[in-house]
Amino acid sequence: MDMKANKKKLGLKEKYAHMTRGLDWETTYQPKEKVFPQATFEGIKVHDWDKWEDPFRLTMDAYWKYQAEKERKLYAVLDAFAQNNGHLGLTDARYLSAVKLFLTGISPLEYVAHRGFAAAGRNFPGVGPRVACLMQSIDEVRHAQTQIHALSNYNKFYEGFHAGATHQIERVWYLSVPKSFFDDAFSAGPFEWMIAIGFSFEYVLTNLLFVPFMSGAAYNGDMATVTFGFSAQSDEARHMTLGLECIKFMLEQDPDNLPIVQKWIDKWAWRGIRVLSLVATMMDYMLPKRVMSWKEAWEIYFEQNGGALFNDLAKYGIKVPECITQCTVDKEHISHQIWLTLCTHGHAMALHTWLPNADEMDWLSAKYPNTFDKYYRPRFEKLQELADKGERFYANTLPMLCQVCQIPMLFTEPDDPTKICYRESEYQGEKYHTCSDGCKHIFDDEPEKYIQAWLPVHQVYMGNCWPEGTDPTVEGFNPLAKYLEWCHIEDGKDNCDYEGSSDQANFAAWRGVATQNV
Amino acid sequence: MAVKALYDYQFPALDTQDKFHGNQLLYVGWDDHFLFAAPLAFTVSPNAKFSELVGQTLTFAYGRHPDWAKIDFSKVVWLKSGKPFQPEMNKTLAEQGIKHKDALRLQTPGLNGNGTNF
Repeated sequence: MDMKANKKKLGLKEKYAHMTRGLDWETTYQPKEKVFPQATFEGIKVHDWDKWEDPFRLTMDAYWKYQAEKERKLYAVLDAFAQNNGHLGLTDARYLSAVKLFLTGISPLEYVAHRGFAAAGRNFPGVGPRVACLMQSIDEVRHAQTQIHALSNYNKFYEGFHAGATHQIERVWYLSVPKSFFDDAFSAGPFEWMIAIGFSFEYVLTNLLFVPFMSGAAYNGDMATVTFGFSAQSDEARHMTLGLECIKFMLEQDPDNLPIVQKWIDKWAWRGIRVLSLVATMMDYMLPKRVMSWKEAWEIYFEQNGGALFNDLAKYGIKVPECITQCTVDKEHISHQIWLTLCTHGHAMALHTWLPNADEMDWLSAKYPNTFDKYYRPRFEKLQELADKGERFYANTLPMLCQVCQIPMLFTEPDDPTKICYRESEYQGEKYHTCSDGCKHIFDDEPEKYIQAWLPVHQVYMGNCWPEGTDPTVEGFNPLAKYLEWCHIEDGKDNCDYEGSSDQANFAAWRGVATQNV
Repeated sequence: MAVKALYDYQFPALDTQDKFHGNQLLYVGWDDHFLFAAPLAFTVSPNAKFSELVGQTLTFAYGRHPDWAKIDFSKVVWLKSGKPFQPEMNKTLAEQGIKHKDALRLQTPGLNGNGTNF
């Protein structure tokens, strides 16, 4: 028997209502708080979930259609890039260090973001955020996949890509920085997750991550990554809107939510900025063709854009995070301090480092007139002097790490860039060290959490970072060699200086074949 | 403040001294020498004398810097947890209260990489 339909098609608005809000139901044989056990313990009070405004009115069928179309285009470009030896169009194979950092440090985070948003979607009692989190969760796993596919082409030609996006994130010392950041967020409740990732990372800081990588790719001839960037852009716009909607929703639901939200903003702004300090080195040192300096990017994307955002949030009583004063000092220093650290630990890295040449140092002097010549140029010149004598300096002892951000304790005092910043806390009779007031504050607020931190340096010293069956008591045992083996870093190929590397030699030879009659 | 959680949130610290095979962690930073980008982490025996720490462990790590050989250890300043500390060369770390995860800072006035702090 045919049903007689009054209308052939639903209007967009009706369709959206049926396919999102209409999917919810009231529980009957279990109380609601048992079905959503994570909804209240963080202290966020929600009175009416229906007040949630969906920033992007997207239904699953529409989502599928748009994303499929985008991915068809992406894979067509990737095929063309591979077939035409697109990698030879790069400015220099040095650029690939930035790509390796992205693949090993950022792509795994996309996957964790996928899991985190799936969990947040499961745990929110409101159907609006649930649907939005579901979509973002699918976006994130797509991003992980498409990044891996886009970058896998380079694995055919260059060193350091073979361990991909999964193995090294749990092992390589500097990758514990982004990993611990997401572990921290994922082990919090769903509301803190939304502030940590949805708001601070995806809204406040995302431009500082994506613009350098994607513009950097465009400036340096990496069409594969540029195309991925375009493909992800409309998703990122949606994620930013979700992060903003979530924070406004929390603040509008109950005035008691304000101090909790403010605390999370303060914490996650600082955590995010510390993670992004790795990106700072990329902009100032790793891109052969520079887009802009880290300081300039910071001023545009954080100070100006972020300033406007916080003006907008001021009506709810939200204040600019306290750490900003420190960041204003740091923007002149951190990229140099971190690149010096990476260069002097290049033997234990899964990518190549190099000392800036004379032109690059002049560019840095121009971009950092207050700090580069005064503090950092002499250090690079000294390292170059050692390298010229065949004594390229690599540290032979492991660095002390910050208990919270897990970056080596390389940052300096806010009022003196020639003095390392030491901060110390004690908890249950044990000492803990942090790199800054920001990280110390975070530690002191939740010490129970950070005393469990998996700090690579300590793990190495415990003997946990060697291949199974390694006997450290044998004659001539080389802990570094075993550590690299455990990380799947091929000593002499993936690590050390770009100068003299097989990547450098191969790129020159292949480009020679492509451009000369040899 | 305590972690807000759905249950009693108590976990053991991960880096307690018993995990280090009879040794302890010790951090040492050398001010004004950024060739070493950050303070260094060592595992040392609590029964090692301070003179062994300086003569072996620290010399292995810092000895490649030309300033290291110029240090007159009778004139240096040591800090422990940021406060002045007078180590005794002939006593062990344990005997003078240098504990697991203590941070020492070595200041060598006059030596700063020829003014570069490097």
